[in-house]
Amino acid sequence: MTLLILLSVSFFAAVILAFIGDRKFAPEINILGSIVTFLAGIFLAVQVYMYGPIITGGKFFFVDAFNIYLVVLTSFVSMTTAMFSRRYMRHEREHGRVGHRGMRFYHAMFQLFIFAMLLALLTNNVGVLWIAMELATLSTVLLVSLYQTPTAIEAAWKYFILCGVGIALALFGTVLLYFAAERILGEGGEALLWTNLNQVSDKLEPTVLSLAFVFLMVGYGTKVGLAPLHNWLPDAHSEGPTPISAVLSGLLLNIALYALVRCKVLVDGATGTHRAGYIMMGFGIISILIAAFSLLRQKDIKRMFAYSSIEHMGIATFAFGLGGPIATFGGLMHMLAHSLTKSSIFFTAGHASQMHSTQEMDRIKGLRRGNPLVGWGLILGAIAIVGMPPFGIFMSEFLILTATMKDAPLMTPLLLIGLGVAFAAIFRKVQPMVAGIVPSYQKSLKASHIPVILHLVLVLIIGLYMPDFLSQWFHKAVEILK
Amino acid sequence: MNLAAQINSVMAALILLTSFGLLVQRRMYALLHIFAWQGLFLSISTAIVGYVSGTHHLYISSVLTLVLKVILLPYILHILIIRLQIHKEVETTINVPTTMLIGIALVIFSYHLTSPIRELSTLVTRSTIAVALATVMLGLLMMITRKHAVTQIIGFLSMENGLFFAATSATYGMPLVVELGVGLDILIAAFIFGIFFFQIRTTFDGLDVDQMAKLKEED
Amino acid sequence: MTGFLIEILQVLVVLIGAPVFVGWIRTLKCWTQSRSTAGILQPYRDILKLFHKDIMLAENASWIFRFTPYLVFGVSVLAAGIIPILSVDLPLAKTADVIALIALFAIARFFIALAGMDIGTAFGGMGSSREMMIASLAEPAMLMAIFTVSLISQSTSLSQIPHVIAYGDFILRPSMAFALLAFILITLAETGRIPVDNPATHLELTMIHEAMILEYSGKHLALIEWAGMMKLFLFTAIGIVAFFPWGIAPSDNMAAIPLALFLMIIKFAVVGTGIVLIETGLAKMRIFRVSEFLGSAFLFATLGMLSYFILE
Repeated sequence: MTLLILLSVSFFAAVILAFIGDRKFAPEINILGSIVTFLAGIFLAVQVYMYGPIITGGKFFFVDAFNIYLVVLTSFVSMTTAMFSRRYMRHEREHGRVGHRGMRFYHAMFQLFIFAMLLALLTNNVGVLWIAMELATLSTVLLVSLYQTPTAIEAAWKYFILCGVGIALALFGTVLLYFAAERILGEGGEALLWTNLNQVSDKLEPTVLSLAFVFLMVGYGTKVGLAPLHNWLPDAHSEGPTPISAVLSGLLLNIALYALVRCKVLVDGATGTHRAGYIMMGFGIISILIAAFSLLRQKDIKRMFAYSSIEHMGIATFAFGLGGPIATFGGLMHMLAHSLTKSSIFFTAGHASQMHSTQEMDRIKGLRRGNPLVGWGLILGAIAIVGMPPFGIFMSEFLILTATMKDAPLMTPLLLIGLGVAFAAIFRKVQPMVAGIVPSYQKSLKASHIPVILHLVLVLIIGLYMPDFLSQWFHKAVEILK
Repeated sequence: MNLAAQINSVMAALILLTSFGLLVQRRMYALLHIFAWQGLFLSISTAIVGYVSGTHHLYISSVLTLVLKVILLPYILHILIIRLQIHKEVETTINVPTTMLIGIALVIFSYHLTSPIRELSTLVTRSTIAVALATVMLGLLMMITRKHAVTQIIGFLSMENGLFFAATSATYGMPLVVELGVGLDILIAAFIFGIFFFQIRTTFDGLDVDQMAKLKEED
Repeated sequence: MTGFLIEILQVLVVLIGAPVFVGWIRTLKCWTQSRSTAGILQPYRDILKLFHKDIMLAENASWIFRFTPYLVFGVSVLAAGIIPILSVDLPLAKTADVIALIALFAIARFFIALAGMDIGTAFGGMGSSREMMIASLAEPAMLMAIFTVSLISQSTSLSQIPHVIAYGDFILRPSMAFALLAFILITLAETGRIPVDNPATHLELTMIHEAMILEYSGKHLALIEWAGMMKLFLFTAIGIVAFFPWGIAPSDNMAAIPLALFLMIIKFAVVGTGIVLIETGLAKMRIFRVSEFLGSAFLFATLGMLSYFILE
């Protein structure tokens, strides 16, 4: 029941907003819908926490410790993003970058996107997971091109084509998976359920599953933004409206990684080896290095943080690939911390570029004096994202590094180089933006306080003290992903 | 091999042929026709497999393919290219022989890649799975080599055809809910690229995607 | 002994039939274009006329130029003895398989190209270079198509093919369809038909085969023309053996010969109609498009081979 509310609220909100999304109170409806979704998510989480995993809807949905934490995270970040987008989009609209139709479209697609992500997380069916992932892509494609500038359209087209190709390959992987499963579980929908598949994973044909994993890896890996398939990501993040960059970076990448990790567990179970893990480690480390060195060259603020997302997704993928309790724990925590931090950074970066009417970092200056919230928010976010204590990312990266030194010591230097370069690159760029005197062309604006502060406080809390229920969740998830 | 399986492999061969046709065809209209033919062959093949295996939901899948890939999508594309006034456009930048050779290499690669499945499977359609993967790969190649937005989309849709074909030949079709969902996604995608064509058209000077090269890492 | 009788009969059939086949094509073409025809036997009259004329030799013509017509004609007659047209029971068939046969045709082509350049006129050289370009593209495709058929019949001998296809069970083979498609394209190119070459033109810029033999006259020209007709006939025959061998007489069966002859005439009539349809439907393509044309022939042939492995 809770689950139904959780899914249907965003869906119906999407339908309603498709008609009235340009009214004055539409942002409030958007926020309201997201709040209800979040509350339902919390409620569901409590249920899972108290009574254990749930399988419902004729085995169509299932919730366990792994996906429930992502459900809560997704609904939370989409709620704060909806709050942020109220002021942000009003500003955009006042400056004539979006029209009536654009607003309707924006609100409807935002909710549809949330629906697609929640569906992807909650479904028990590998095929439906694919459909939801595709739906999530499709609903954001036209949001990326919302401003209709040449670069925005280029970015959206790239996003559409690359992710379309990627996701098509993932479907081929899913077909292969079904092929292997059908031999054990018989024909029909039963053979595509995660719950069934995980039970029989050791009986599945290893050769077919290895092949399937290659396709799934390339397919979902494109959506995670792993190098060398990451080209769409910086463009889509930098050209779309900032709330969309925030949810793309904070949520969509996580969902794709979620799909990948589920597949990896299955494949490792079937092959009895660690091959899938090695593939993921390889993709992860390449992404970290490529992203880190690309960070050095960035001029556009949102583009830079998009590369940072690639880097962090690389770290999480690497951690899951490494396996083992510590690394997996670190990976889960990293997904959470990165998601919260990165969306808050995008909030502040969006405001910063609104204040200066540009996304070029050379022209953004004196943020701290111009608007303390934006300035402090950006610098604290940057401190958190580069992995400085006491924020949550420090903890997760520390865990991952420890596990790397133990299980794959040769990878440690590469990982450290990546982290170090990223640290230097981001810090060097952020500091001039925040410090200094206020330039003449800077405009003042009313920033959204709540989302930024909320996110940063949460990241800080995770870094300082891991709440008991959270660590229990993670431990359970680690058990599932063993 | 019984007759139905033979007809099925003829259909597979025709699908492969249409894939190559799409790969090297320069004219917009002809491309559209070849694409519709590919859908038709796919639909027939699905129906035959449904008949042979007695899997009735394949009939639904076959009708779905017929409606979506043979009638609806070509019709939408037809309307689009007439509205965009590009139905007479001819792409001149294709290097036919090289593309063909790469295509042939891809077919061999797909054959090699799918050999474990062929050995494990007991279905009569097991031999066509290599063709299915080849269709996916050729669609991918088409998306890489072509520079026109509409042809790239046709490549994308042809990839989807390959995926449907893969599902049919490897497992007698995915569960119905998945096939319907995939069909729905393709339909949504069709509307999206329709909107896209107009956006690209109004913002850029025509539908050549090579013009879209501003977003790069500058040094 | 019957083998040798059939052998001789078959060579005669080719010698006599080739001009008739060309005459049939020309007649049909005239009909489609609503022209009055010169009759189906006109090629005979042309050849006869040429035999009565004197040979004009250029001053600097070497032995190659004089030798080539006989060689080309001899090759065609030899090939006529190898390809099973009426019966598979041919003593000569064992001497050469289909690959050797293609090599035979390549020798003839090589000498014609040499002869084209021998005199040193511009046209001859141009024709030779174009011919060799086409050959270099057509022959790999031809071999691929032949290999596909050989894979099915498990032998490169042409006599073996009817055993598998005509006398065995009927199976739908996509590979054969691809190979046939490739073969048709190659035959059009090899025998100098539209859309690759136009046998009826003497336009400087477009002619290929005609450019090479422009300096020939009299008996030499007659032999080359005749050999050219036989080449068309023989390629058609190869196609029939490889793809529609029903009706070709099995070995040790003289009684089946009349039926085989009758079926052969029908098949050739149909093929002739097909060629005319292609030639009236298509325009001659620019020489630089020929590479794409033969490229697709190669593609079809390769696809045929691949689908043999993949699908059968």
